[in-house]
Amino acid sequence: MNITLPEAEPLYQAWAGQVRPLLSANTRVVGIRTGGVWLAERLVAPEPVGALDISFYRDDFDRIGLHPQVKPSALPFELDGADVLLIDDVLYTGRTLRAAVNALFDYGRPARIRLAVLIDRGGRELPFQADVVGWRGELPAETHVALGRDEAGHFCLTLGQQHEGYRDA
Amino acid sequence: MLDHAGGQIDGDGRLRHLLTLQGLPRETLLAVLDTAASFVSIGEREVKKVPLLRGKTIFNLFFEPSTRTRTTFEIAAKRLSADVISLNVQSSSQSKGETMLDTVQNLEAMNADMFVVRHAASGAAHFIARHVRSHISVVNAGDGRHAHPTQGLLDMFTIRHFKGDFAPLRVAIVGDVLHSRVARSEIHALRTLGVREIRVVAPKTLLPSGIEELGVRVFHDMTEGLRGVDVVMMLRLQNERMKGSLLPSAGEYFKNYGLTAAKLALAAPDAIVMHPGPMNRGVEIDSAVADGPQAVILPQVTFGIAVRMAVMSMLAGGQS
Repeated sequence: MNITLPEAEPLYQAWAGQVRPLLSANTRVVGIRTGGVWLAERLVAPEPVGALDISFYRDDFDRIGLHPQVKPSALPFELDGADVLLIDDVLYTGRTLRAAVNALFDYGRPARIRLAVLIDRGGRELPFQADVVGWRGELPAETHVALGRDEAGHFCLTLGQQHEGYRDA
Repeated sequence: MLDHAGGQIDGDGRLRHLLTLQGLPRETLLAVLDTAASFVSIGEREVKKVPLLRGKTIFNLFFEPSTRTRTTFEIAAKRLSADVISLNVQSSSQSKGETMLDTVQNLEAMNADMFVVRHAASGAAHFIARHVRSHISVVNAGDGRHAHPTQGLLDMFTIRHFKGDFAPLRVAIVGDVLHSRVARSEIHALRTLGVREIRVVAPKTLLPSGIEELGVRVFHDMTEGLRGVDVVMMLRLQNERMKGSLLPSAGEYFKNYGLTAAKLALAAPDAIVMHPGPMNRGVEIDSAVADGPQAVILPQVTFGIAVRMAVMSMLAGGQS
């Protein structure tokens, strides 16, 4: 099957243009590690962003265990009553989002959470939808999409095979 | 018997039990330390809990009394959302004549997922690990004079936190090495992680024969033993040892092997002082040192929770 993903940089620029109207002075931007944090940082730089690691909240821990290099979440602002914009690179099954929302509530009770993703690849298993989507497409289950970032900070998108025993969420 | 680190690691390289640090590969030790580092921040949050071990049942089986170790294992399990039950077995079933294995099998019948075992007899945790069902993990929380692996790991975490790299470090372990499971676990871990030099400092009567074979330098004079070291790891002198013929008196011991500011001044200026607790102030350590700026004894306690969370989550994850 031949799948062509869009060029990452123009895609980011168009996506950022859609996301900016959602930002107000009270918006707290939180990226999901790792790709979501890159997007969030570039979007609102030099403003600080929150970085959420969902490893401790995954629902497949029983099967795959813990990755030893979990970076702690860092949320440099209060979440109680906050207007949160959650950012991730790829939206797939929705399980990452379920974990992310659970994790956020351990830090406080946001007034609202919205979601912006660069890519929505279909295949949802949970009822999560994004408020902003950069590119939408149905990708077969065996493919793996990853956002990369080079030293200059430019994004790239790569399409590969799923790792055995590990499934994107 | 020592293939796969004494049965602690399964064919896929996954940690199944934590019984001793002897024979555990460097990658496994570092994986525990790295995982623990990510758990430290959870203890600093307002909600000090993650749902990783939700629905798991952990039994703390303490056949020998302990407050600190049992408490930190309990907190670690609770912060992982496990259901944890602590049993002081001495005061319950054993006094009614139930054997250790009977106790374990009864708890298995309650669908236990993990046992944390403290016992006065060396090898008790290994014995239980050999007899439990295959999905159950066993953590040794101290067995006789043999091993106290989570203490050894939290000590390594503390050293790495304050000193960074292990390779250039000179480390002195001071006190009752003979009766100390902590010292054995520390020595195995320090060797595997590759510190520059391990010294043990103790009177002849408190050193096991053949200790040099573990790759340590032996000192009987504390002023020589501490010279230039980066880490001073004190051991607890158990009071009952004073009654036998091993030592003349607590005062005499303090004079020769107690850590005072004057003796600590012989170590590197930025040396850290560690102690597994509970401390005998005025016996193995002077209060001025225990409460001084070089002591990292309370951080050891804090890190101990994160290290135990790491061990429990590594044992429980990826089993089904």
